[in-house]
Amino acid sequence: MSEVQQLKAKDFKSDQEVRWCPGCGDYSIISGVQKTLAEVGVKKENVVFISGIGCSSRFPYYMDTYGMHSIHGRANAIATGVKVANPELDVWVITGDGDGLSIGGNHMIHSLRRNVGLKIILFNNEIYGLTKGQYSPTSPQGLKTKTSPYGSVDAPFDPMQLALGAGATFVARTMDVSPKHMKEVLAVAARHKGAAFVEVWQNCVIFNNDTFKGWTEKAVRDEMTISLVAGEPMIYGKERDKGLKFDHTAIVKCSADEAAVWDPTQESMGQAFLMTQLDKDPSMPRPMGVLRQVTSPTLEELVHDQVDEVTDKRGTGELKDLLYTPDVWEVK
Amino acid sequence: MQLTGTQFTDTTAKVGNDLATFPDFPAEIRAPAGSRAGVSGFQIHFSSHDIYTPGDAPSVLVAMNPAALITNYEDLQPGGIILVNTGAFTAADLKKAELDVNPLTDGTLKGFRVIEEDINQRTTEALADLGLGKKDVLRCKNFYTLGMVYWLYSRPMEPTLEWLQKKFAKKPELIEANSRALKAGYNHGELLRLFQGRYEVPKVEDAPKGHYRNIMGNEAVAIGLVAGAKLANLKPFLGSYPITPATDILQHMALLKNYDVITCQMEDEIAGICTAIGASFAGRLGMTTTSGPGLALKTEAAGLAAITELPLVIVNVQRGGPSTGLPTKVEQSDLLQSMFGRNGDCPIPVVACATPSDAFDCAVEACRIATEYMTPVILLSDNYIANGTEPWKLPVMDELKPFPMTFATDPEGFSPYTRDEKLARNWAKPGTPGFEHRIGGLEKDAVTGNVSYVPENHQVMTETREAKVMGIRESIPTPPLNGEATGDLLVVAWGSTFGATRAAVERLQKEGVKATHLHMRHLWPLPHGLLEIFKGFKRIIVPEMNRGQLAWVLQSRYPEVRFESYDKVKGKPFQARELKAHFETILEEMS
Ligand code: SF4
Repeated sequence: MSEVQQLKAKDFKSDQEVRWCPGCGDYSIISGVQKTLAEVGVKKENVVFISGIGCSSRFPYYMDTYGMHSIHGRANAIATGVKVANPELDVWVITGDGDGLSIGGNHMIHSLRRNVGLKIILFNNEIYGLTKGQYSPTSPQGLKTKTSPYGSVDAPFDPMQLALGAGATFVARTMDVSPKHMKEVLAVAARHKGAAFVEVWQNCVIFNNDTFKGWTEKAVRDEMTISLVAGEPMIYGKERDKGLKFDHTAIVKCSADEAAVWDPTQESMGQAFLMTQLDKDPSMPRPMGVLRQVTSPTLEELVHDQVDEVTDKRGTGELKDLLYTPDVWEVK
Repeated sequence: MQLTGTQFTDTTAKVGNDLATFPDFPAEIRAPAGSRAGVSGFQIHFSSHDIYTPGDAPSVLVAMNPAALITNYEDLQPGGIILVNTGAFTAADLKKAELDVNPLTDGTLKGFRVIEEDINQRTTEALADLGLGKKDVLRCKNFYTLGMVYWLYSRPMEPTLEWLQKKFAKKPELIEANSRALKAGYNHGELLRLFQGRYEVPKVEDAPKGHYRNIMGNEAVAIGLVAGAKLANLKPFLGSYPITPATDILQHMALLKNYDVITCQMEDEIAGICTAIGASFAGRLGMTTTSGPGLALKTEAAGLAAITELPLVIVNVQRGGPSTGLPTKVEQSDLLQSMFGRNGDCPIPVVACATPSDAFDCAVEACRIATEYMTPVILLSDNYIANGTEPWKLPVMDELKPFPMTFATDPEGFSPYTRDEKLARNWAKPGTPGFEHRIGGLEKDAVTGNVSYVPENHQVMTETREAKVMGIRESIPTPPLNGEATGDLLVVAWGSTFGATRAAVERLQKEGVKATHLHMRHLWPLPHGLLEIFKGFKRIIVPEMNRGQLAWVLQSRYPEVRFESYDKVKGKPFQARELKAHFETILEEMS
């Protein structure tokens, strides 16, 4: 263990030159991940990063771990194969709003419902960056891009809502401009047993600059977002004077004293879903932090348990048993 | 039962088959229904050709209750179809037939294709809103069953529907009930995608000494993949998605968990192959099974496996295409898709099995190539082999030569693209300290393995991937000839056309014709030594259940000689007789 603890964030950096645009939010995310790995104390050889295609998917090349930069949308499926084949590995999926929610949407929901032990970081910049600026499945309606010159008419997905709907056992959100918050959230995700889905608001300086500015900018952040912490009252505001509480099927504002205590470990998804509805009211803060964190058996556990069970019952199969079954006859 | 038998007979006569029938009434007319003595049967033997099938053994048994099953199943030919009405297999029914255990579950029917269906229930559902009494409803179950058999043998329903009109002219409710039952049974057969047709089992006369078991093609692939992984000293991982007619392979492998087999039924075809690629990256032997449309979906991921140079076996059980095509019928029209159907210059070796038992050897061979050369491999089977059964002479265990895989051992200066003499790259799996590396779909530098857009490097890597796959030729034999090395006629075949081609050529040989059969197992790369063989014959015919795909490939590779395609794309296998007739016309032209 002592050797493991000595690893520093820089030990996870590969020798490859990082090629994101200067100012891109991706830089802060990779640094957050490297710090988290060092802090959580993983073994470098056990870490695997699988990505699809998109700006964010270059990520594995910059990590001095095992990794695969695969094909568009399929990272979750490939990572499922890696994790089930060897449950000892720490498998991370790096994806984006286009990669993970559009072309790879199917694999995303199925890896969440199966509760595969993957740490999934979805870089949400609400745009296609690598193909140079087309609207994505999280772009707000009306967004003018190269393929929506008169404004996008598509209704967007809310990534956390989708993850909850798919039955995810861990759902969280953080932002590129708050390294501290990001590190806290990633550390909880890294320790979660099962599929951990983390949406990161990531600024694309080139094609969708400042899309989250109204919530993430220092001046407004405390008023426009609420950091949800397990077991703590739901308080926000620069002066930490504002609170939220549940009123039947709604979340309403209240004083800090009246604020309800946030509990992401409840079986029911009701409150987490309500949180994802806050954006319907522009005066409400948007939720950040861990929305859901429950335990449930993982796919890899169940798969291997079954193999062990059948093997216990039937005995380890030898090549000869496979061929020479009881219905064999002999010609003499 | 006798009524429905007659209907099948008449319809069969109308579609122009030769037939012989054998109605088998119970001697004791009053023997209680459900008892062994009370079994009422009707056997019909029909054929449109002269292929020899063993004895008078029927190929399909319809058993409406346990007694019917137990008194008849032994007469059935190996691999025959048993359609069972599970609605009549209650404890009381078993008792009537003097059975202590249910023959459906105790392994009695191993080696047969058993189709279990609660026909009582299905018939009741089909007639639910007609307001008939329970007894009248159940009387229609024979017509429901007849409908399923009509589907299996592609018989038209019209003659029977017309007959019902006349027979029950005075009882219109029975016309409606029986017609509905018949149609419902037919539609149910289609819904279940029951394979239409059967595999002709040539009688094994003077079988060579050894151990045998009956094997169905899909099962042979499953066993072969597990055996292949074991011989490679790897654990198999199957990522798959259900698709007719390949699903049985997934189902069969799912039973073999105690052989260290992991199977994952994924959300789609793409996830099937992608999990397999992930598992290979993690150090298992990844596999995926599918049929034509599924292979089309897996195309991009197959390219990823090729460029990342990971071992992977892709099984394609071919069916009629294009698109959904003829899911329950046979064709071998995915050859070019398998060879070339990917973006970029992306060579992938292709192996094809010839018979159900050959499917075992070919699955092992696919695993060998995949691991020894670090490459995806496509194994082609088809609907005819998949659902066909034949006696399989089991290999003696020593005959199965291991080809154990090794992982990189020296982290000093490790690069994933360092190659051995076969051009196979280094393999290091996650979890091993000191070998951390990244691979991916972008072109990689030939030396460092880092992403590279250098023009010269892409040329080198493209040529290297090709050279590696072409190098597989050094490890495969020139296919053996059945017949003399020179002569008038060479028949080049591949896949399940084996049986009909072999029979046709042997018959010609017996008549003194200088004809030879060459059967191709390795389709890409093409083995050494073919041109020398081709040059020894006056005419070369390539019979295929497609519009001439292998012929096209051979013609482009060997422009020195001429290949003549003979195609059949009717969803049915070739018959020896029709091949022989075609060869005879060619021979006549020559004389
Ligand atoms: S295009 Fe946008 S998302 Fe992509 S690297 Fe540049 S700034 Fe980042």
